Amino acid sequence: MSRPIRILIAKPGLDGHDRGAKVIAQAFRNAGMEVIYTGLRQTPEQIVQAAIQEDVDVIALSCLSGAHSYLFPKIMDLLRAEEIDDIMVLGGGVIPEDDIPFLKESGIVEVFGPGTPTKTMVDFIQKNVRH
Amino acid sequence: MEQNNKDLTFTLEQWEQKLEQKVLPRLPERKQEFLTHSGIPVKRVYTPLDTNDLNYVEDLGLPGEYPFTRAVQPTMYRGRLWTMRQYAGFGTAEETNKRFKYLLEQGQTGLSVAFDLPTQIGYDSDHSLSYGEVGKVGVAIDSLQDMETLFNGIPLDKVSTSMTINSPAAILLAMYIAVAEKQGVAPDKLSGTIQNDILKEYIARGTYIFPPDPSMRLVTDIFSYCSGNLPNWNSISISGYHIREAGATAVQEIAFTIANGIAYVEAAIKSGLKVDEFAPRLSFFFNAHLNFFEEIAKFRAARRIWAKIMKERFGAKDPKSQMLRFHTQTAGCTLTAQQPDTNIMRVAFQALSAVLGGTQSLHTNSRDEALALPSEDSVLIALRTQQVIAYETGVTDTVDPLGGSYFIETLTNQVEKAAMEYISKIESMGGAVRAIEEGFQQMEIQDSAYNYQMEIESGERVVIGVNKYQIEEKASLNLLKVDPVVEENQKNKLKVLKEQRNQSDVDRTLARLKNAAGGSDNLMPHILEAVRAYATLGEICDVLREVFGEYQQRAIF
Repeated sequence: MSRPIRILIAKPGLDGHDRGAKVIAQAFRNAGMEVIYTGLRQTPEQIVQAAIQEDVDVIALSCLSGAHSYLFPKIMDLLRAEEIDDIMVLGGGVIPEDDIPFLKESGIVEVFGPGTPTKTMVDFIQKNVRH
Repeated sequence: MEQNNKDLTFTLEQWEQKLEQKVLPRLPERKQEFLTHSGIPVKRVYTPLDTNDLNYVEDLGLPGEYPFTRAVQPTMYRGRLWTMRQYAGFGTAEETNKRFKYLLEQGQTGLSVAFDLPTQIGYDSDHSLSYGEVGKVGVAIDSLQDMETLFNGIPLDKVSTSMTINSPAAILLAMYIAVAEKQGVAPDKLSGTIQNDILKEYIARGTYIFPPDPSMRLVTDIFSYCSGNLPNWNSISISGYHIREAGATAVQEIAFTIANGIAYVEAAIKSGLKVDEFAPRLSFFFNAHLNFFEEIAKFRAARRIWAKIMKERFGAKDPKSQMLRFHTQTAGCTLTAQQPDTNIMRVAFQALSAVLGGTQSLHTNSRDEALALPSEDSVLIALRTQQVIAYETGVTDTVDPLGGSYFIETLTNQVEKAAMEYISKIESMGGAVRAIEEGFQQMEIQDSAYNYQMEIESGERVVIGVNKYQIEEKASLNLLKVDPVVEENQKNKLKVLKEQRNQSDVDRTLARLKNAAGGSDNLMPHILEAVRAYATLGEICDVLREVFGEYQQRAIF
């Protein structure tokens, strides 16, 4: 491994619930990854720009407001418009099971719902990241 | 007494010795150490030796009397039950109006409005940042017109309404007053609560708009306006709920909330109000979490701490200024997406702790809230849970039934002591606002949240269905979905409104508001004028953003 995995944890939209985002930020950092956290209220454009500037391998999106079906695919569109296909994008938050197939079709690699252990996510990233 | 204590000490020692020698080697306890959520060690047994120092009159008092440890009201639920108030709102004002009427028909006794995020952050539904968020976590309100629809057919002199709104609290309160006017209801007939608690938005909840100083001015403008015009309105709900949801312990929850309360009282006094003019209308909002007895102790400790601070530090003379009255909501963060029906039991125990702790009103969460907004079926079970506690269990028949329990009184003292240490620490940092700017509360909460998660992952903290007794399950609940067409409808309504209203009235009232914001006038009357002219929430907030600027969060983790 040439360098540690770099991961951007992002809160798209207006949602203020950041407990989960901050807990996984700390867990990823403790697992040896380099973690950048955007803070609240990021537009899809800001998130994609931050991912490019920070040269990350993974974007982890957290949304608990129900706006995921709009925000997550929008971020995927913007990444495609920038011709970026080597960043793995993950989703988490309050996301009903029924919405997951649509999110995956849009390019989200995996969606982690409430109750997922941080270790499951760390293992998933270490196994699947292209880097 | 002396002799009693000696005898008891001796008996207890013998008992402990016997346990150590004979029982524990054979039947060891399940854990080395039993701790509350706040990390307070729980002993095997509590006896009068633990509560010997308690001075009944000074530390507990009778119900409805200083320091209100037992209750703020002399007869409590023997007189009147708590207000059953389910937080609700989604989609359009029409849909939420229907849900309100349904809840009132089912025996709910107060309304509680959930607003969508654009409304909470001061953007109209057609703002670019509102895309995807309109009507999602609550009802979308753009103008007085939506508010008229929301309360259509609901007589505002007959219900009490709580509104979870903070940064734009003044605007939504003005809209409520204006709707009442149209119903022919005078402001002094209105009862309810406006959350209006900006400090916990910076700490935990995230729907801030303006920087702390102008935000505190808006808060105290509301205090002052309410004390003159809305005598039955709670001008703030100082909230620990969201602080707890963000991961705080029980001790941190009440400590940070009361520290915020102190900051509001100081700001109001500084703005020229007298303590007994506004303090009787300050109310609180707490979380009912899982650690049953610590939660009950927390509510009791919070009452005692607040009473002492108001009396001793701020010289409040009116007993109503010393009383900590509170709303409770069960802990959303303890709900699991796994085996969601199990949540019904979690909610029931949490609700019971709130009632045993003496709450004034209660929201019980629905079983499906880790997955989506609650469906009508789930909300009904949640409301029925409260009704079972109220009408069937008999826990309402005496005031503070656990008062005097060796364990509860000890825990109440311990929670109070630990909370006071935090409050002193925040004071030494210059008060709640300065501590927030340094990220103190945020970091403390984050550490607690991380530790909690790690305890779950190590199995040390059991969560049924998540790390123990898991089963294969398929999604079976019928979840509520907000139709994306809501956003389009809302935007269209807004467009039509802007074409139909008198634009010169809007321009004139907004210009006056801007002028007032730059000075030191109370902003409430100016906001009320703008609202009556059908200026939108976004337009009013834009004017204030221009004058006040916007708060930038420091992203720390």
